[in-house]
Amino acid sequence: MMNKTKLSAVALFLGPSLLIIALFFFLPVITAFVMSFTDFDIYALGNLEYLRFVAFKNYSTLLSDPLFWTAIKNTFYFVMVGGPLSVAASLAAAVLLNSKFIRFKGIFRLIYFLPVVTTHVAVSIVWRYIYHPRFGLLNYLLGFIGIGPVDWLGDPNWSMPAIILLVVWKNFGYNMVIFIAGLQNIPEELYEAASIEGASAWQQFKHITIPQLAPTTLFISVITMIGYFQLFAEPYVMTQGGPLNSTLSIVLYMYQEGFRWWNIGYSTALAFMLTVIILIGTTIQFKLQKERNG
Amino acid sequence: MKITGAKYIAVALLILSVSCSRQKSDKIEINFWAMGVEGETVAKLIPEFEKQNPNIKVKVLQIAWVAAHEKLITAFASETLPDVFQLGNTWIPEFEAINSIEPLNKLISKSTVISKDKFFDGIWETNVLDSTVFGIPWYVDTRVMFYRTDILKAVGYNSAPRTWAELYDASKKIKQKFNRYSFFIPTNEWLPFIVFGIQNNAELLKNKNQYANFSSKEFRQAIEYLAKFYHEDLAPVDMQQVLNVYQAFGEGFFSMYITGPWNVTEFQNRLPKNVQDKWMTAPLPSPNDDYPGYSLPGGSSVVLNAKSKNKVAAWKWIEFLAHEKTQYDFYKLVSSLPAAKKAWENPEFVNNKYIKAFYEQLQKTKPAPKIPEWEQIVFQKIQQEMVEPIARKRISIDDALKKLDRDVNNILEKRRYILSIKHDE
Repeated sequence: MMNKTKLSAVALFLGPSLLIIALFFFLPVITAFVMSFTDFDIYALGNLEYLRFVAFKNYSTLLSDPLFWTAIKNTFYFVMVGGPLSVAASLAAAVLLNSKFIRFKGIFRLIYFLPVVTTHVAVSIVWRYIYHPRFGLLNYLLGFIGIGPVDWLGDPNWSMPAIILLVVWKNFGYNMVIFIAGLQNIPEELYEAASIEGASAWQQFKHITIPQLAPTTLFISVITMIGYFQLFAEPYVMTQGGPLNSTLSIVLYMYQEGFRWWNIGYSTALAFMLTVIILIGTTIQFKLQKERNG
Repeated sequence: MKITGAKYIAVALLILSVSCSRQKSDKIEINFWAMGVEGETVAKLIPEFEKQNPNIKVKVLQIAWVAAHEKLITAFASETLPDVFQLGNTWIPEFEAINSIEPLNKLISKSTVISKDKFFDGIWETNVLDSTVFGIPWYVDTRVMFYRTDILKAVGYNSAPRTWAELYDASKKIKQKFNRYSFFIPTNEWLPFIVFGIQNNAELLKNKNQYANFSSKEFRQAIEYLAKFYHEDLAPVDMQQVLNVYQAFGEGFFSMYITGPWNVTEFQNRLPKNVQDKWMTAPLPSPNDDYPGYSLPGGSSVVLNAKSKNKVAAWKWIEFLAHEKTQYDFYKLVSSLPAAKKAWENPEFVNNKYIKAFYEQLQKTKPAPKIPEWEQIVFQKIQQEMVEPIARKRISIDDALKKLDRDVNNILEKRRYILSIKHDE
């Protein structure tokens, strides 16, 4: 009796959201998965008779597609360099803002958080001007310390670092807020005890702050990695994947194949490859964390 | 329980829709989608049309060029395409392949306004697939050479180069004399590569457009010719240096550039005052003595949605847009060049020295292969994957063309399959 009312109450409260998730999340995902085994394209859109089941052909073509490997390479470059940089920047900012000696914390927190809530596209357009090889602000500033003009977005060696710099600047504020929350949960007694024992600030940071923040860091690095694997708006707006495809990310390539050339079958296969990659990356991070703890 | 609920809703919707349609049954409303500046301005033509056709109302939606293709395809998939819409004329094969546009032969044979001979041949041809017409030319957008008269004069050219040899020679001399770039061939554009290939008589695809043919001698010569400009430092390889074309052309950073009619107005508005009398347009140079060389018959057409419920009224709107007078009025509003030949007899065209080159060029155009895959071939395989590596010497021209053939053959696999099953039927 009790059980039954409970169940209907659960159904009443969860039902609508479950229905919506099923309709707008699981159904499209399943459809996309099925599509990735077909050659759904513009012809099939016009006439479903032209749709062919191709088994794993999309996946095998992907593996021999040089643009796919370029996109993988670029995305990993971005995640491997941009991810840690971003986490480090957030941590540094959080520690600074949590320090007792800083005034106007609210204002700084606001300033650092502002880029996070600004739209990607607007930020990207502004940064295109900052990076301009002849009239850009960045080259102007670098000129004072005698560094010659760098063609940030035009040189295939500098384009990805330029995108990384922009994304780190844009995103570190979000993780910073989470880190600040984590820092505030560390009991003050630990630091007091350590300073009585004569530990330096650096030792305290290394042996108290870092281990105490481990769960927060794990959460942040997983979220950051997942987010960074989906790099899209910045290269889409700033470079369209160029020069020489040096900023072509997996999602950008997926977008081009799917919505520009309408090779839906192929681009869904790409999407599932990305899912697998993210899954592997996340598993590795969890494993590493466990090993360190255990 | 659920079923009856759904029934009530269906009935309610039915009543609602009936009462809605009753309210405005006296006027037929047709929807029209158009892109860019043209889409913005075309609304100004509507009052004249509605005066001529008091029972028809036209509603325009403007869409941005960058999003146009996606939006139109998505609209097709959800069956919300408007009655009439604008298409870049190279998109017509694709929209024909999905059966979204109406064949127009019958309507044209009964029309007093529209017939083949009223438009430029090359432009009209882009709308024809297997002798069926699918679109009516609205405005043209063929490319010609824009050049700096003062810089070319300084190296002994009183007019634009007429042959490939002259173009190269002039560029070499500009380099020697001023140590500047000369011919701007953007590495993020496929167009010059196809145009020079077509000029050199290259057959880009073969066997009913089922196989790639880019390794042909003719196409290779064209690529080798253009690559010389990059490799001998006559054309800038790095695009970020030319974020602003007008500024660069004004500075003489480069002195020749192949581009379209919209830039006549832009150059007049944006070039610095001191170079305003120092530039001109000319038809494209030719690989041989047969001047001018070919250009592509670029432009936009208006098409009729195959599923439109107001085809009669929609066709009236198309006839109106195709009329030489409307096209002339439209030119005065946005400077889009008319596709109707008669419109060019107006004094504005005869007296405009910059427009003359376009008229001459329009007599000499050749279309690119008319297949749905063409956009992907030129944008992805040529512009995105071939031009820059060749310009930056990351790949030899031989290897680049072999790769291009292989990739394009892969793209065309579906086309071969469809032609083979159509053949079996």
